[in-house]
This record gives sequence, structure tokens and C-alpha cells, in this order.
Amino acid sequence: MKYLRNFYKYRGLMYEIVRKNIKLQYRDSVLGMFWTFLQPLMTTLVLVFIFGNVFGKSSSGVVNYPIYLLCGRLLYEFYSQATKRAMRSIRNSASVIKKVYVPKYIYPVANVVSNFITFFISLIVLVCFIAFFIITGKNPPHITPYVLLAPVPILILLILAVGVGMILCTLDVFFKDIDYLYEVFCLLLFYMTPIVYKIDALKISSKVFRYVLMANPMYSITEMFRSCVLYGEMINIHHLLYALGFALITLITGVAVFYRKQDKFILHI
Amino acid sequence: MSKPAITVENMSIMFNLNSEKVDNLKEYFIKLLKRQLHFTEFWALKDINLTVEKGDRVGILGFNGAGKSTLLKVIAGVLKPTKGSVSVSGVIAPMLELGAGFDSNYSGKENIYLYGATMGYTRKYIDKKYDEIVEFSELKDFMNVPVKNYSSGMRARLGFAIASAVEPDILILDEVLSVGDAKFRKKSEKKIMSMFDRGVTVLFVSHSVDQILKICNKAIILDHGRIIASGEAKEICDKYNEMVSGGK
Repeated sequence: MKYLRNFYKYRGLMYEIVRKNIKLQYRDSVLGMFWTFLQPLMTTLVLVFIFGNVFGKSSSGVVNYPIYLLCGRLLYEFYSQATKRAMRSIRNSASVIKKVYVPKYIYPVANVVSNFITFFISLIVLVCFIAFFIITGKNPPHITPYVLLAPVPILILLILAVGVGMILCTLDVFFKDIDYLYEVFCLLLFYMTPIVYKIDALKISSKVFRYVLMANPMYSITEMFRSCVLYGEMINIHHLLYALGFALITLITGVAVFYRKQDKFILHI
Repeated sequence: MSKPAITVENMSIMFNLNSEKVDNLKEYFIKLLKRQLHFTEFWALKDINLTVEKGDRVGILGFNGAGKSTLLKVIAGVLKPTKGSVSVSGVIAPMLELGAGFDSNYSGKENIYLYGATMGYTRKYIDKKYDEIVEFSELKDFMNVPVKNYSSGMRARLGFAIASAVEPDILILDEVLSVGDAKFRKKSEKKIMSMFDRGVTVLFVSHSVDQILKICNKAIILDHGRIIASGEAKEICDKYNEMVSGGK
């Protein structure tokens, strides 16, 4: 009850930080907010060109490669941006946290939320892609009523990002090295997740390696998302349970770690 | 009698002073393996008991490093006491360092809302206060300029204008009256005086005995983390002057 009342009191702060992040992100750029969907559009075109044409093979057996890639990229981009921003949030707000009492969890959470909103705007690109391929009739994606399930993987990803963000920002207060390590981790994650390739198309003999790839919750989440918007299938229940379980455990761990350490933040930032 | 505004009971706060700050993993593990992670305990505040009634204006005196700012931080809720308890009734407006909550890429106007939210006020409430803040800060023409282009005096003025406009119950002033030019200082002193009339509770840290005499009715002296004297402002200030001139 106490926590809820506190949250209610500081809901304005949450709103202001989210608003600030979004406003400042594209301030001083000529195209402004337009970049939220221009950027994924352009990077996807680059990736489609490289992996669809130059390297060729990796896209074999995919219904519609550009949409396949875009789905993975949008989700990955949200996850990596949100967690990176959340990771640095406590350090970046050191001047406030040192002077004024504020519920500290607001900072990582607000950073994930603001990225979530830009992610939502960038989904317009996906809608445009889908519309384009349906109208031209070339490799149209299978849009069925299952598309309505698309929010499910997105919400799971949001839970995961908040959990990871809370763990990372706690670690970052004590060890700034995490900043650099996590950059490397995100690069690894990009290639470990089937974003540009399809997991079945990989020629890997090692069973262990295949399991490692499939244990990645990002794999389950992107596959679920593709089921909804590309394959037009029901979400795979195993993916759902695994990803949801993983996300919830991460969130609980994140909250627990954060609450145990938050009183010590001020001594280190 | 109504509930006191601030109650501090047997409060102590300890810092670990490690000889070198370890802030990367490599060093941490090396030191852990070498068993070099020694900490020296340092009690910044020890067994503090303090009750501040509503409407009291308490001056906090003490030499550098006596724990004045630490005490204010504990009361503001920024630091958690190691032992003991602190309870506060009412809204606190900390003016520990004016303009600390500003984002430098944000314009003055946007920062007013951000700063207000940091203190827990809603947009609607700030909307009502907006004109008053702008007028008091005398920055009407600069409201759409990013704060990074403000001078330090302008920042301080805006920070003071916001913190004083929101009608807090408890005001924490940490040497803030030393900023700005003489004209603005006069104006802010007047503003604080007018807040007293409304019965605001004030904690005021200053090295200037004159200012404390002018503003406060009570005072305490902190030395090495302990309260060594407390009482009426007049007596305490005399005592403090003695301490200063007598070299203890």
C-alpha cells in the first residue's frame, strides 16, 4: 500500500522523464521524430541487401525475408536500447539522487518505458512493410486473426527489459565496467538471436550449440512475434511458457537486487 | 500539541572509508584475492537526537566536516541512517544545491516541470505556479533557452524560484543564500521571511552567524558528528563565536 501511494505521488516524475527522453532524443535533428521509423527502415534495407543478396543462403526457406528480418531487428533494437539506457540511468541521474529523495526505480523503469514508446512508433515501419507486400502481392505475409496476439511477445519483452535494466543499473553503480561488457554482450546477442538468419537453416552439428541458441529467450520472443505477424500461426506454447517464465524470473531478480542495494547507491555514484 | 515536523532518534550514520575506491571488477577481484579490501569505519553522525516543532527555524552551525550536510541529507531522505530513525511529517523542499535536478539540454520552461516532478508535484500543480515561478526568477525572456546556456546565477535563481513557489512544509537550506547577486539575495531572503509567516519549518545551514541570527529562532552546533549544543539561536550563536575565536 505504501509503495503504491509513493508510486502514485511520483507518477508525474515518471511521466516527465519519459517525456524528456523522447523529446531530447531527436532534438536538434532536422527530421526529428521521423527518425524513429526512418532509422529501422534504412538499417533493415542495408541488412536485407547484405544478408539477402550478398550472403544469399541464410534467407532460404523464409516466407518473406525483409519482414522476417525487420521483426527480429525491431525487437532486438528495443531490447538493447532500453537496457543500455536503463543501465546508465542511475549514474546519469546522480546529481538528483544525491540531493533529493526520489524513488530510484523510477529511473531505470522510465528509461525502458520511453524506449518502449519509440519502439511502438517504429512499428509503423513494420505495418508499412506488411502493407507493401500485400498490395504488391509478392511473397505476402500470412496475416490471420493471430496477428491480434502480437502484443503478447511484446509485453514479455517489456517485462524482460525492465528486469534486466534493474539488474544492470544496480551493477553499473558499483562497477562501471558493465557498460563496456554489456556492449559486447549485445553484439553477441545480435548474432545469437535468429535476426538475420533462420535457426533451422544453420548447419551446426553440435547439439549443445543448438540448445544454447534455443535457450536464448530473445529467440522465443522473436519467433512468437513472427508467428503472429508473418506466419499467421498460433504462438508456440513452449516458447510462450519459456519466455514468460524467464522474463518473470528476471524481473523478480531485478527488483530484489535493486531493493537490496538501492540504499548504497548514493555512496558510490 | 501537534506532531513535531521532524523527529530524529538515536540516529547514527556510518561510512566505510576504503583507502582506495574500488570501482572496477578487475581491481575488486585482485583486492578480494589479496584480501586487501579493508574498510575503516567512519561515523559521520553519532547518536543524534533532534526534535523540530512545526514552525521552528533551526540553524545548524559547525565547522567543515562536522556532518551538517550529512544531517540534512538524512532528513531529506537521501541517505538512510545506519542506526536509529528519522521521521518527517509534511512535504520537504530540499534546496541543498539549487538546480541539481535540471537537465541541461532542456529549456527553462521544461525544466520547471521536471524539477517540480522531482519534488513530487504534478503537472497540474506546476501549471498553477508557473507564472509565479517565472516572475520571481526574472527569466521570462529565457524560458525557451536550454539551461546549458544559462549562467550559474540564472540557474540558481530558477532553482530557488521553483523550490520556494511550491509551498513546502519543510524547507532545507544549505548555504543557498550565498548565491546570486545582492539584489536577488535580498529578494530571496524576503521570500523566505514571507514563508515563515505561513509557518514553514526551516533547517538552515550557514557559516554566517549573522544570517542565522536573522532567520532562526533555534540553533544547534555539530562537531565531529555529535550535537554539542542546542537551544535558543542567540545563546548558541554566542557559543559558536566563542568556539571560533577561542580555537576551541
